[in-house]
Amino acid sequence: MDPARKKKVRLVVALGVAVALASALIYTSFSASTEASKPSQLKEGRSYEVTGKVVDGSVRHSGDALLFRIRDRDGTASVPVRYTGEVPDPFRDGREVIVKGELRDGTFEGQRDSLVTKCPSKFTKKKNS
Amino acid sequence: MAGVGSACLYVALLGAVYAAGASLYGVRAGRSEFVVSGRRAIYCMAALLTFAMGLLEAAFLRSDFSFAVVAEGSSTDTPTFYKAAAMWATQDGSLLLWAFLLTVFASTVLYVTRRSLREIAPYATVVLAVIAGFFLLLMVGWENPFSTLSQVPAQGNGLNPLLRHPAMMIHPPMLYTGYVGFSIPFAFAIGALIARRTGADWIRATRRFSLVAWTFLGAGIMLGALWSYTELGWGGYWAWDPVENASLMPWLVGTAFIHSIMVQEKRGMLKVWNVSLICGTFALALLGTFLVRSGVLDSIHAFGASTIGVQFLVFIALVLVVSVVLILSRLPDLKSEARLDSLLSREAFFLLNNLVLLGLALVIFWGTFFPLISEALSGEKQSVGPPWFDRLATPLALVLVLLSGIGPLVAWRRITPRNLKRALLAPLVFTGIVLLVLVAFSNAGQSLPSLAMFCFVAFVLAVVAQEFWRGARARRVMTGEALPRALVRLAGRNRRRYGGYLVHAGIAVLFLGVAASSAFIQQKDVRLKPGQTARVGDYKLTYQRVTADLGADRAGTGAPISIGGVVKLRKGNEVRTLRPARNFYPARDASAGPIGPISQFFEGDANSEVDLRWGLRRDLWLAIRPDVSSLVPVARKLDMRLAGADTTTQARAVAALTEIYRRDPPPAAFRFIVSPFVAWIWIGGAIAVLGALVAVWPSPEARLRRVTSIYAARLGRELSRA
Repeated sequence: MDPARKKKVRLVVALGVAVALASALIYTSFSASTEASKPSQLKEGRSYEVTGKVVDGSVRHSGDALLFRIRDRDGTASVPVRYTGEVPDPFRDGREVIVKGELRDGTFEGQRDSLVTKCPSKFTKKKNS
Repeated sequence: MAGVGSACLYVALLGAVYAAGASLYGVRAGRSEFVVSGRRAIYCMAALLTFAMGLLEAAFLRSDFSFAVVAEGSSTDTPTFYKAAAMWATQDGSLLLWAFLLTVFASTVLYVTRRSLREIAPYATVVLAVIAGFFLLLMVGWENPFSTLSQVPAQGNGLNPLLRHPAMMIHPPMLYTGYVGFSIPFAFAIGALIARRTGADWIRATRRFSLVAWTFLGAGIMLGALWSYTELGWGGYWAWDPVENASLMPWLVGTAFIHSIMVQEKRGMLKVWNVSLICGTFALALLGTFLVRSGVLDSIHAFGASTIGVQFLVFIALVLVVSVVLILSRLPDLKSEARLDSLLSREAFFLLNNLVLLGLALVIFWGTFFPLISEALSGEKQSVGPPWFDRLATPLALVLVLLSGIGPLVAWRRITPRNLKRALLAPLVFTGIVLLVLVAFSNAGQSLPSLAMFCFVAFVLAVVAQEFWRGARARRVMTGEALPRALVRLAGRNRRRYGGYLVHAGIAVLFLGVAASSAFIQQKDVRLKPGQTARVGDYKLTYQRVTADLGADRAGTGAPISIGGVVKLRKGNEVRTLRPARNFYPARDASAGPIGPISQFFEGDANSEVDLRWGLRRDLWLAIRPDVSSLVPVARKLDMRLAGADTTTQARAVAALTEIYRRDPPPAAFRFIVSPFVAWIWIGGAIAVLGALVAVWPSPEARLRRVTSIYAARLGRELSRA
């Protein structure tokens, strides 16, 4: 093969690989993703990753399950959550949490080990200087 | 004192403006005295910021709560070790750390290159001054670490219990050293572009800095993984959390960079590629710093919304625009000096490894920012989880490990298929034997990706061993040295090469640990009352008794209450006693309702102290979550009764409550994990760091050469004068 043709072939191969990778990326990410949502926007029977704050005084244990309510970050609409699995250390009333699962009969059934608690925000409180 | 600190920042900002202006004027007008003075302004900034760091650190150690950051992030009852580390738990403090490290690095590189790179260094000074100026501006304008409180509180918030881990002392500074370190090659690359000196000079001058930055960033990431592994609820050593990803991306692109610059040094190729890589690395490093504190993405690291997100984005955009415009306008100067001779050449393999590394970085970038991408594309915020990352990263990691084995065997320019076959023969035979043994005598075949990884790791280790053996044998024949001595001498004389091989071996060992532990992890949650036993795999786990200690936290984090259990773990005849605990800290966060003097201890922050038994074959990991919810109603009643009581009485009440728990403990939740080969991740990481040190350390011969050349130059000058 002459060099110019060789170069062209290489370019086509490289571009082909890039396109294949890009489409795999787009396809797999959209098919494997879950919708992120707020407690007030949940609909029955769909999977979500819901972000909200733990309602004060709502945390209870029932056997292995942890029961609590989460509300919108800036609102009052809340939804009861039933969750089993690992509970991160910072989890408690008022903390912002993310949990995956789906809404069934009005209760958000959390996926095992999907609970994430964000670090408390007291470290970025506005200074009163 | 705070006033002095603020003054340091203002003067340093002026210094940055001066350094940029003087260097620019000096190089444009050809007046070298201005270039020299601009460089010295950078030294001054380093001195000022070192002093400012000292001031702030002293304020933390003295618990001077007139400093807002000290009141925010420390307290008198925070142990001294964590007082010293509390500075980088605050946003303002970490900005100061960034700027401090940057000016120290910049001073070092400018001092080292003061007699060389006369065209490039002044522009690099400008770039470094602008970066330092940006961070100083952030501090002076928005997040001044020296801002004071008009009313000095008696007590501070204390360091977040989550951050009370020995790694807090070095993990953040190491990451920052890595991030900051990449600004040095970036600045010199930009300088080289502006000055149109696009040879390999800027690469040679900053190669060590790139390697040091790469090593620190990598070691910082490893340390973060180690920390995360010892905590409950952080998802093990790697959870594809946005902030973890944010630190990995610049490291991956930086890895590509330190490989491909060798091609430019040896063959004068890939010039556009190299400057693009370093610009990308630096932009990603800034992005990493930004993501930790921006709150843009949901992460366990996101410390609430930041006030400086917009400024950061503007700066990142500026870096990208300047880089792209400069690279495009200098394209004619960036022509390759050579062509790729063959696909079977070191150059081609470096390029291939670069593409895979970049592909991996792209995958991680896409997944990390998918919530923002999907919201822009479809209007719905969607996110991908760890399984998605695992699925895409696994094949790329496999290819990468394989390439790290083949690459070193392939010669520059071209290798004949016959020579390649000869070099590959022994490693391939070894890999084949390993494969047979694994399939025949272990259950490794249950997970195909892991089996493939084990084989590739064996291959890489065989290649590295073969390279060392061949080199040492040749040296022995030539010099007559004994084999061990020849081996040490060989590595000492070719540090870059053999250091690099060690890094490859270390990374391979690391992946051995990752593949084994991710595929063969056993994990179980059980709920036990004292005296009860549960069976987990081959292990029998007995919760023998409860422990409740006041002021005697074994981890030294200063926790007032520590509740845990003594657990006997039995496997055959092997018996171990584990003592996991959970530390309780008083709540200081009034946002979740009023805090009672007694109940604050049972409703506040708590942190698990995992009992972890390391082993070369497997780690045993046990966490306990005692259920103190039954104490809360009693504590609340006591809150009301003892509201006005003195602290001794209140402390007695807390002790009494703890005693109630100890006498009649409710069932506690345990999480037990058996993770095979995790220790090899850390061992591999340590080997890689060792290899990087070997590669970076100046060899005696090079030092001698440099000294001789300086003397020669001086002699030449004096002779010409005479």
